[in-house]
Amino acid sequence: MSAAQSSLPRDDENGGWTGAVRRAVVRRLPPDELLPTHQPSYVRSWTYLFGVITIAALIWLLVSGTILALRGPQWWHHSTSGKFVNSLHYWGVQIFFVFMVLHLWAMFWGAAWRHGRGLTWVIGSIIFFVSIPAAFTGYISQQNFDGQWIAVNAKDALNASGVGRIFNPLNFGQAYGIHVALLPIALVLLVAMHIVMVRVKGVVRPLGAPPLSTDAEASQ
Amino acid sequence: MDTPAPYLHWYFILISVPNLVLIVVMLAVFALALVAPFPGHGDSGAKRKR
Repeated sequence: MSAAQSSLPRDDENGGWTGAVRRAVVRRLPPDELLPTHQPSYVRSWTYLFGVITIAALIWLLVSGTILALRGPQWWHHSTSGKFVNSLHYWGVQIFFVFMVLHLWAMFWGAAWRHGRGLTWVIGSIIFFVSIPAAFTGYISQQNFDGQWIAVNAKDALNASGVGRIFNPLNFGQAYGIHVALLPIALVLLVAMHIVMVRVKGVVRPLGAPPLSTDAEASQ
Repeated sequence: MDTPAPYLHWYFILISVPNLVLIVVMLAVFALALVAPFPGHGDSGAKRKR
């Protein structure tokens, strides 16, 4: 090794801010923790499936919603295949909300914010509150009398709350843009953050269960 | 689908039957998930710290 080579900073010790960021990321989320093949025994419970089903429903909503956006209202109201995909999108929302609430119940009664998981809980709560306007803007983007009825009634409530200054449910373009672009992007980013936070901290152990030797919190 | 849902009215509580049924089903699914045995057997690998 030449003198010039030996004088270079070692990659694992320096490397500027890129090296520092990489070391911080790897320290907080080791690659083998990102997609683990083993989980603690208490994860073998049906209650831990609620969150996964919610994510599956979200993926299905993105797929069916993309198809609906590409084909348009004439297709989803007047063709057999359009009505089918429209129904899949609608029932996907029902599945998404039902299992998100079941996941919320399971995490609430298990006090899932323990041992440094407060931010994971907060992001999950934000996902819940962002999902509500996502569903609402979807209902008023149906392009039928149901959507129009909901928009007309919601207008009064939103105006009374002051939200009407920035959002008019009767403005279809505004509601549709929010529904197909802004809120889905926000939801996907938030869900990604939520999953990464779960992987960083691991699945919270049940109340009263002893800590695991492999658990990140056991080494803290 | 085009007819209004029946509603239950009990003092200040007003809820449609479909919403009430959904809530009851969700509670039942939650209770079942707590007590129903999960398929598979044995510890999945993580060792308990004693």
